Amino acid sequence: MEGGKNYILGVFDDEDVLLKGIKDVRQSGIKIQEVYSPFPVHGIDDALGYRRSRLSIAAFIFGMCGTSLALIMQIGMLGVDWPMIIGGKDHVALPDFIPVTFELTVLLAAFGMVGTFMVISNLKPWGKPRIYDLRITDDKHVMAVDIAANDATEDDIKKVLQSAGAVEVNNKDFE
Amino acid sequence: MVEEKYEFTSGAKKNLMITFVVGLVLTALGFLILNMLGGDHGHGAEAAAAHDGHGFAWYKRLFSNLWINNVFFVGLGLIGVFFFAIQYAAQAGWSAGILRIPLSFGNWIIIGMVLMAITFAAAYPSHSLFHWLDSSLYDPASENFDKIIAGKSWYLNKAFYIGRFIVFFGGWWLFFGKLKKLAFKEDLEGGTEIWRKIRSTAAYFLVFFAVSSSMSAWDWIMSIDTHWFSTMFGWYVFASWWVSGLALITFIVIMLKDKGYLSVVNSNHIHDLGKFVFAFSIFWTYIWFSQFLLIYYAGIPEETIYFVERWKNDHYAPVFFINLIVNFFFPFLVLMTRDAKRHTRILKVVCPAIVFGHWLDFYLMVTPGTLQENGGFGLIEVGLLAMYASAFIYVALSNLAKAPLVAKNHPMLKESLHHHI
Repeated sequence: MEGGKNYILGVFDDEDVLLKGIKDVRQSGIKIQEVYSPFPVHGIDDALGYRRSRLSIAAFIFGMCGTSLALIMQIGMLGVDWPMIIGGKDHVALPDFIPVTFELTVLLAAFGMVGTFMVISNLKPWGKPRIYDLRITDDKHVMAVDIAANDATEDDIKKVLQSAGAVEVNNKDFE
Repeated sequence: MVEEKYEFTSGAKKNLMITFVVGLVLTALGFLILNMLGGDHGHGAEAAAAHDGHGFAWYKRLFSNLWINNVFFVGLGLIGVFFFAIQYAAQAGWSAGILRIPLSFGNWIIIGMVLMAITFAAAYPSHSLFHWLDSSLYDPASENFDKIIAGKSWYLNKAFYIGRFIVFFGGWWLFFGKLKKLAFKEDLEGGTEIWRKIRSTAAYFLVFFAVSSSMSAWDWIMSIDTHWFSTMFGWYVFASWWVSGLALITFIVIMLKDKGYLSVVNSNHIHDLGKFVFAFSIFWTYIWFSQFLLIYYAGIPEETIYFVERWKNDHYAPVFFINLIVNFFFPFLVLMTRDAKRHTRILKVVCPAIVFGHWLDFYLMVTPGTLQENGGFGLIEVGLLAMYASAFIYVALSNLAKAPLVAKNHPMLKESLHHHI
């Protein structure tokens, strides 16, 4: 979600005002870069017009990797590399492999999902996440508008944000 | 809000009656064919005849199938009441608009009881269903004496068995009657007092149901394979009933919605019902597998016999695998995405498949024990299922038509209207 360097931030202190504000701002033709909130706001994805997250597709793919890894590992170890008779069963006794396969599927799906989320949200270890306003971790919602991405002038954007119900409108520039 | 009332049209009635008659014809045809081919089949039953001393007779197959349907549909009726009760116990708001549908299933309980009692009585003289009813098994002087079964006689004896049957059905019927009465009273009086009363009644019912559903599973199904036992059998039967009940509720809600009823239901409610069906398909598989893996891994003959009879048997092996495919792989893969659960087109295929799949599950629990090598899957099975299913739906829909379709005074109806996920 990295955009340009110069932003105008609308600070909201109420999520209902924010939800209505998002609609107003978008209707006036201004593109919102992102909205930051200290807690999940119901319906905000729809208001912002976000497409549904594709994280679940990543989870499925990572899960299938786990399934394959588990089956290859167990069949390779117990069926090919070092066949042993355990409990009188075949070397490759699939029912016995299901618990391990299930666990590895879940493990890789979970790790993969967290990892994917970290990378796409720029929370990777070497990433430097941008902090728009410290109060988004406390009690304020912040709507960030990228100046370069909009045709409107700075003053116009500020006016729209103010009339949308922002309690403060600030400039924020990144290096 | 406009008061909605379901109209059980003569067209719908006619369709159900036609299904019933077709089922009857198929069943009769099935028995006719069975008796014509009877010469070959009748004597291959040494294994079956070992205990009760009779060859295979057609009525055994009839009793066995009646029993499968009795247990399955009584379960569906019970699940309707269970779903209703659990929504109140959990103080759930989202489902307020659809509660009349599961509640209408409960009307089957008393009919199911009568059918079940008749089947039990009819099968009693030949011990076709429960071979532990044979009194010579308990007589140490008799050559039929069975030490294991005799050791279970404190629980598996006629008086206690019939007593449990009466207590369970009596309890279910009383609880259902109370819940239904209160629900309809709410339509007239409103307020929150009745909601509280239903909630406390529901809580008592859930405790009673927890014990009785588990014990009835031992009584009605597990005792068919008298020597064998599984400590999770009650859960297993409950899981099967529960997911098929959820699928049927979902299916009827969608069908009513398609007919223009249930304006309170939107795709969020359908999504929640779809999630229930998806999740409890996996739950059933989890229970199924937990029971299977322990028995498979330990490899103790007295336990493995259950799966030997089902998996390593040409009659039942196909059903054994179809059961897993229809009840696990199919819903698991098809209902995985969000869209599949929100759009009724896919649910309309998956839900009936699950109901049928779990009927197959009951077939697989009962038939290998009652019919052994003489079991089969044909017109009789399909015909009797069609008869029971159409009768069940008829009872549910005709009772649904007697009262408003939506509980207009339910205190959480508004919450249900605004349900959004």
